[in-house]
Amino acid sequence: METVELKAGKTTEVIETDRIVVRFSGDSGDGMQLTGMQFSDTAALFGNDISTFPDYPSEIRAPIGTVAGVSGFQVHFGSREIFTSGDEYDVLVAMNAAALKVDLPKLKKGGIIIANSAGFDKKNLNLAQYPDGVNPLEDGTLSNYVLQKVDITKHTKDCLAETGLGMKDIERSKNMFVLGLLFWMFDKPLDHTLKFIEEKFSKKPEIAEANEKTLKAGWAYGENTEFFTTQFKVSAAKLPSGIYRSITGNHATAIGLIAASEKSGLPLFLGSYPITPATDILHELSKYKANGVKTLQAEDEIAGICSAIGASYAGNLGITTTSGPGMALKTEALGLATMLEIPLVVINVQRGGPSTGLPTKTEQADLLMAMHGRHGEAPVAVLAASTPSDCFEMAYEACRISVEHMTPVILLTDGYIANGSEPWMFPTEDQLKPIKVQFLDKPNAENDVLLPYKRDEKLVRPWIKPGTKGLEHRIGGLEKQNETGNVSYDPKNHETMVGLRAAKIAKIADYIPLAKPESGNEKAKLLVLGWGSTSGSIKTAVIESIAEGYDVANIHLKYINPFPKNLGEMLKGYDQVLIPEMNCGQLLELIRSKYMVPAIGFSKVQGLPFTTSELKEKIKQLLKD
Amino acid sequence: MSREELNKDMETTVENKLVAKDFSSEMEVKWCPGCGDYSILKQVQTVFPDLGIPKEQFAFISGIGCSSRFTYYMDTYGMHSIHGRAAAIASGVKAANPDLSVWIISGDGDALSIGGNHFIHLMRKNFDVNYLVFNNQIYSLTKGQYSPTSERGKVTKSSPYGSIEEPFNPSELALGAKASFVARTLDRDPKHMQAILKRAHAHKGTSFVEVYQNCPVFNDAAFFAFSEKDTKKDEAILLEHGKPLVFGNNDEKGIMFDGLNPIILNITESGVSLNDLWIHDEKDKTKANILSRFFDTNYNDLRFPRPFGVIYVQERPVYDENLVDQIDVVTAKKGKTPLNKILSGDKTWSIN
Repeated sequence: METVELKAGKTTEVIETDRIVVRFSGDSGDGMQLTGMQFSDTAALFGNDISTFPDYPSEIRAPIGTVAGVSGFQVHFGSREIFTSGDEYDVLVAMNAAALKVDLPKLKKGGIIIANSAGFDKKNLNLAQYPDGVNPLEDGTLSNYVLQKVDITKHTKDCLAETGLGMKDIERSKNMFVLGLLFWMFDKPLDHTLKFIEEKFSKKPEIAEANEKTLKAGWAYGENTEFFTTQFKVSAAKLPSGIYRSITGNHATAIGLIAASEKSGLPLFLGSYPITPATDILHELSKYKANGVKTLQAEDEIAGICSAIGASYAGNLGITTTSGPGMALKTEALGLATMLEIPLVVINVQRGGPSTGLPTKTEQADLLMAMHGRHGEAPVAVLAASTPSDCFEMAYEACRISVEHMTPVILLTDGYIANGSEPWMFPTEDQLKPIKVQFLDKPNAENDVLLPYKRDEKLVRPWIKPGTKGLEHRIGGLEKQNETGNVSYDPKNHETMVGLRAAKIAKIADYIPLAKPESGNEKAKLLVLGWGSTSGSIKTAVIESIAEGYDVANIHLKYINPFPKNLGEMLKGYDQVLIPEMNCGQLLELIRSKYMVPAIGFSKVQGLPFTTSELKEKIKQLLKD
Repeated sequence: MSREELNKDMETTVENKLVAKDFSSEMEVKWCPGCGDYSILKQVQTVFPDLGIPKEQFAFISGIGCSSRFTYYMDTYGMHSIHGRAAAIASGVKAANPDLSVWIISGDGDALSIGGNHFIHLMRKNFDVNYLVFNNQIYSLTKGQYSPTSERGKVTKSSPYGSIEEPFNPSELALGAKASFVARTLDRDPKHMQAILKRAHAHKGTSFVEVYQNCPVFNDAAFFAFSEKDTKKDEAILLEHGKPLVFGNNDEKGIMFDGLNPIILNITESGVSLNDLWIHDEKDKTKANILSRFFDTNYNDLRFPRPFGVIYVQERPVYDENLVDQIDVVTAKKGKTPLNKILSGDKTWSIN
């Protein structure tokens, strides 16, 4: 039963716009992540470019109705290219008082609030710690916004009253009402979500029916009530032609690893211990048993990396995934892999630190740890992914470099791109670079002698699988004699080996792409140099600044150790270098010390990505001075 | 087959048959003179040719400590890794290549202190590997500190007034961690050790072997009571499956149950028959638990002899086999997903 009266002759205004940011905000149990994902997927399928930002608390179920329990999902979609999830939102969906309290500050002046009025009763207002007797929906404090009060709870209940479902199931369906209403507002079809509901609840037809009904009721509510008089139309974006899918960073990382396994012919082994926000990679890879993927949920972070080292020693593509605290625990084993000179891919999905820090929030503060966080002189290759879909390419690259150069590779991603999603024009198998792997199968020196640490032109030693007849030998963490690999405490030999291991990493620079500006020219007054997940904000800020007449360019680093060979040369083309980072200046330190340029740092350590506007402001400030 | 052919065939067999020396690497063995590790190395090299496995199929993974240098002395594949982590590394080796015969070499500090977590989880997961823990009840490579198996009151460089820590009972710990094979042997009984090594190898699952090993420098004679002629018959008891628990200089003492607790009695004086005694049953976990506690529990105020031999064996699912089986089952059911399908996912759209 629909409770909405049909109003004959209602007129609706349609506003065309090129981009919109919507923030879904509610209690952790309100299903905002799912609602946001469905909305984003539909927008992407429709042809919009999108960027999403799931922003949820680390508590699984914080007390209901409290500020601590607010879970948000932000989606930025447009008819033009979208690189960030948006600084401010145009529409805020607030399922309760706490959600409004938390997320109102970033709603644009004049923006739309869709508030579930049932979430603003006395109890909810108290839980959100509004003073007694204050209800922001009633006291006029929201007069700068377009406030739409809808009793979503009541409408959902009415809609499902006759289904015989229990209150709990009915309550759970209310996110579908919101979703239906938003689909109407933005003129999006319901098909994708209807299909999703059908599949998800194929074994519970009564729940499927309830969700379907509520979704349609939400749509009809927008269509028929007088309050909603405006629809927004965001046309399809003019993206490069091709076939797209939507992907999150963690998912992209997982399939990047699988692709590398398939292309190299090496079975994939993942040793991993669950940790936010990296666990989804373990989940995803665990599904691919039928592709020979072996996943071992280790007893701890150390066993995660150690089992991967063991698997790599035995000839698999050994991988471990983690986040900051786990990375700290893995450092000794990383030193072993460096000393053994065997392939190993370590993925650190960074989160706010130190210690437990901000488990569900993003940060880029593990860069110097990746570079230097081992005892002794222990260089490893360090890569960083810049967007959700770039996680695919960089995970693939991490594997390629690791096996072709017999070295541990650390890939840095972070919570923002790991959980965020974007449309991706995915490659086909034959477009992927080959990965060359060769196991030694016979002695590699004169007189049938095996030299396990004899190097090729890349300074790389051979990979020798246990089980290979005639090549039995021992390796270990003790310093080894050049070429033979036998234990050696000889002073000069140690210095030689330290030098060789460093030179081997430096030589990787010959096998990675050169640096070039993503926007702007090779010479300009200002270069914005970034790395990792700040890519979207920097790109948007630089493109917009250029359009406004500023002489600025940006280079985004994905290869950090070694840096691209031409980076030093490139830096010379700019009067000033600005390095924005979600840390206190870690790339800044590396660039200043390596290239002796007076680069300027710009830090943000709030667990949140940079906004485009704060970057633009900084760019303008530097170019004005 | 003609005699000539038979001779030729035998010649080839003899030629291909490995001998102990084949397992000896070129590295000079550098343990202290008189170290119990020499005996363990010798017994392993003696037993290996009989296992019928080609040299290249063996992988030794060791941690850190005197024991862990073992890897360098075996002419097989080997990795001398980092402190405490051998078990974790070995699990990856075995998962990646279940065909390898994987041997973990560790000591009491390496396995039970810094590597304690990996130790218990390896037992629980039951990878098909062999785990030899050389227990000398002391940290030797760091020159003499008490270890997690050192007795209470032990005076060492780090406990000049005596250790105030309760030691681990390794076999009890292993049983508590669901070990599927628990045995104890000692450096000074080569034949016994050889038999136990063969049993460990034959067992499918994690075979935990505690080897009492003398450190002549920092903890000399710690286990001599179990190996020297005048004491061993009273202090040690050799376990044999299906045989009664009998010990003493003239085999005059027997162990039997009095209710739930074991008692020691004089066989001739008490007049019990051997059949009334505790008959060792490797597969009985209750008995195995009690046996393991002979180490430190004084049942009925009696001091029990230290058991040597296979304390417990259990056939149960093996991790690396299950891992492969699961892959096979899922592959048979779902089939391999082509890479292009993985890349595209289920939902795509095109933009022209």
